[in-house]
Formats: sequence, C-alpha cells, structure tokens
Amino acid sequence: MPGPTLRALVLAASTLVLAMPLGTRAAEPANRIIVLATGHTLRDSGLLDVLIPVFEKKTGYIVRPIAIGTGQALAMGKRGDADILLTHDPEAEIPLVMEGYFINRRQFMHNDFVIVGPAQDPAKVARAKKAAAALRQIAEAKAMFVSRGDDSGTHKREQVLWKAAGLSPTRIWYVEAGQGMGATLGIASQKQAYTLTDRATFLNLQKTLGLQILLEGDPVLLNLYSVMEVNPAKHPKANHAGARAFSDFLISDETRGLIRDFGKERFGQPLYLLDPVR
Amino acid sequence: MELILEGVFTAFRLVFSGDADVWAITWLSLAVSGTATLVALILGIPLGILLALTRFPGRAIVVALVNTGMGLPPVVVGLFISILLWRSGPLGFLNLIYTPAAMVIAQVVIAFPIVAGLTMAAFQTLNPKLRLQLLGIGASRPQLLWLLCREAQLPLLAAIMAGFGGVISEVGSVLMVGGNIKGQTRVLTTATVLETSMGNFGTAIALGVILLTLAFGVNFILTRIQQREQIRWPRPS
Repeated sequence: MPGPTLRALVLAASTLVLAMPLGTRAAEPANRIIVLATGHTLRDSGLLDVLIPVFEKKTGYIVRPIAIGTGQALAMGKRGDADILLTHDPEAEIPLVMEGYFINRRQFMHNDFVIVGPAQDPAKVARAKKAAAALRQIAEAKAMFVSRGDDSGTHKREQVLWKAAGLSPTRIWYVEAGQGMGATLGIASQKQAYTLTDRATFLNLQKTLGLQILLEGDPVLLNLYSVMEVNPAKHPKANHAGARAFSDFLISDETRGLIRDFGKERFGQPLYLLDPVR
Repeated sequence: MELILEGVFTAFRLVFSGDADVWAITWLSLAVSGTATLVALILGIPLGILLALTRFPGRAIVVALVNTGMGLPPVVVGLFISILLWRSGPLGFLNLIYTPAAMVIAQVVIAFPIVAGLTMAAFQTLNPKLRLQLLGIGASRPQLLWLLCREAQLPLLAAIMAGFGGVISEVGSVLMVGGNIKGQTRVLTTATVLETSMGNFGTAIALGVILLTLAFGVNFILTRIQQREQIRWPRPS
C-alpha cells in the first residue's frame, strides 16, 4: 500500500523528468554545434551576446561560447576541445599557428589596455607617459598592484610589461587575483590598488568602481583580437565547417557594422575598433 | 544596505515582469538539480539500505568512501567530469560536455553519496528487533523493505532535502562542465557569479533571492510531507 508520500514524490519526480528539455541539444547533429573558446573580456563586455544570436539565426548553427582566459582557450584548442578561438595574445597565437594547431588566423579588431588606479594615485602613474615607467613607479612606491594571475591575454600582456620595465614583482605589494577582469577590477577597487585592464571591461564596470584611468595611449598597450580555426588535419572531430562559417561571419561587412556601433550608445565611444583583416 | 534593497526590488521586478532569461535560468536550475537528485535517489537509497542491512567483505571501505563522498568538493567533481567528457577525453564521443546532461552527471556524483550516506544512517537507527518482528509475522522480503522504508521515512526525506540542497546551491561543477553558456547551460548559481563579476550587483542579488526562494519552496513542500505523515501515522510504540 504505497503511502501518499511516496506516490506524491514519484509523481513530482517523473513530471520533472518528462518536462525536461534535457538532451534535446545534445541530440542534435554534432556538426551543428560550434564550441568557441575565448577570453573573459569579450563575454564580459557583452559583445558576444550581440553577435552570436545574429549568427545563429542566420546559419542555424548553435554556438557554445566558453569564456576562459586566453591561455586556457589556446590550450583547449590545442587539445581539440574547441572548434574556433577568439583570443588576444599574438605572441602566443602565432607560434601555435606555425606549429599547425590552428589555421586561418585573422586579426580583425582591437581595443587597448589601460592602467587604472585610485584617484589619489600614490605612485603618480598619471604623470608617466610609458607603461613601463608607470609600473616602475608603482614598484618604487610599493603601491598595491592586482594582477589577473590567470594566464589570460591581459595577464600575459601585464607580464610582458613588467619584463619591459626590467622588474619581477615581489609578493609584498603584488596581488594575484586568479579571476576574470571584472572580479579583478572589483578587488583593485576595494583595495584601492592599481591594475591593468582592457578598456571595454573597465568602461562597462566604471560606475561600480572607485578607480580611474591613469595611463593610456602607449602603443605597447594595444590589445589585438584574432579569430583562429582549429586545424581539422590535427583534430578531425573539430567542426571545421562551422568554425569557418563563424570566422567568415566575424569579418563580414554586416558584423563589422555591429562591432563598430557596439557600445557607442552606452559609452559614447565604440568599445572595439576595426582593423583591416589580415 | 541600499544595494540589498535594490537587489530585492530587482528580484521582484524580474520575477513578476516574467523576464524570459531569468525564468529560463530558474527552470534549468530546477530541472538539472531535480533530475540529478532523482537519479541520486534511485542509486543512493538502494546502496544505503544495502550498507545498513547487510554485511559483506569490504563493507567498511565502501562505508568510508560514501562518508568521504558526502563532503566531495564540487570543483573536484567538475574537474574530473570535464576531463572525462572533453572531446579529447575518454568519453568525448558522447558529445556531452557543455550540455545540461553533463551538469546532471556532475550533480549526481555530488548528491549520490549524500543520499546513500544519510539513507544508511536512517536505516541503522531503526530498532534491529523490528526486522525480526516483521519477519516473524510473516512479511516477505519486498514487504519487509517497504515497511522499513515507511518506518525510516522521516530521515529519508531529510536525505532527499540534503541531496537537493547540496546540488541546487553548488557552482563549481556546473560552471566547469556546463560552461555557463547563456540560454544553454546558465543556472542560478553560475549566473550569480557572472553578474557579480560584471558589477551588476542588483541582478546578482536578485538571482540569489530567487535561488533562496526556490530552495525554500522545495524544502517547504518536502517538510510539509514529512511532518504531515508523522501526524497521520503515529509510530508504533
């Protein structure tokens, strides 16, 4: 004699299972799904949320954007766990293309990195002209610097800058967040510390942060975004047709129009600038 | 303080304006964690009963494993399930990574030891003489199991609540195996993390409020069942 308890539970549970859309996506032909590995910044800025629905509607592909750091995205592509990559670390990308992991690298847009910090600016970074000089001043003042510390494109660029400044940061004033740009900016703001950020994420979050742009415009702060396809010769399981379709979509005139206008309304300036595709 | 109020207002606005994204996220959380809990019950209750009522060589090891599993860190589960399900991994051919199915699998792994461990505890606290009495009055084996389940239903419902509570609130494994993809694998916990990192604290708090309300709702229903049964069926003295 099954009590009402168990009957009710079984009923509730089976309703849940029957009504669940689970597996409907997995059941679709594998070649409709495109796994896109990318850095945090493109998702955090909201650009992917604008572009992907347009692409999906147009082509019927389903894009799975996985936002991890650029370093992790490259590793994922190398393993063949992604079909296409959107990354911003040319120094790491180009050797991998040479080694045959990725093909058809197209550099199609850029924005820039900026050094942000508290308005009081104890290290007088605002007076510096060059990023390397600014970092030296931060080191000399032993002012706190929050690093992404997550092997992302931004983190890699920061390491290049420290090297150019001839410094290896010490633990006392150098903090590694190990998180995305948004979380790292949050820590820098709470601790009134300096950090390196891409302009798009900073503009997006500026109203919640007690930080200001203190240094910008040094050519070494250029942030170059590229799209690359996983080489189907190395990873036959990769959805190369889908990857090529998305890559072509990114450099199409329509998409360039979307990128050109992205952020203009909200920030009075575009968040990404287009490059002639190379 | 202002921020929390803003979050609560945002929560109400999002829920009552029927914001499609928020509803989809809420539904997916409920569906993934509900299914995972159900599968964990199907696997965990029999194992718990087996461990409580029988003796076999190696049982102590299994019990220790189950008890360890009750505190399994979700990120560790997420890591291992990811490696297994990646396209380059041994189960990559299933094409499950970054799907709700992968999230269910990870959450089953988290909830199953909780359910098994609490079921085992529930059956071990029953008076051992009860079993002999029931067998003595001629109960068959299925009848015996059924009556013991009835007897242990209060702690069994607690096991269900603990299993569900463990998975609906975890973020580590669903983030890793699901990828937090908008419209596909984004659930309340991963959306909360994302909104916080994007500085949308109002929305983040709103999602947190919805998550708490959901967890409360499910537990309230289960508690009602648990407590009502207790009154209707007085336990034999």
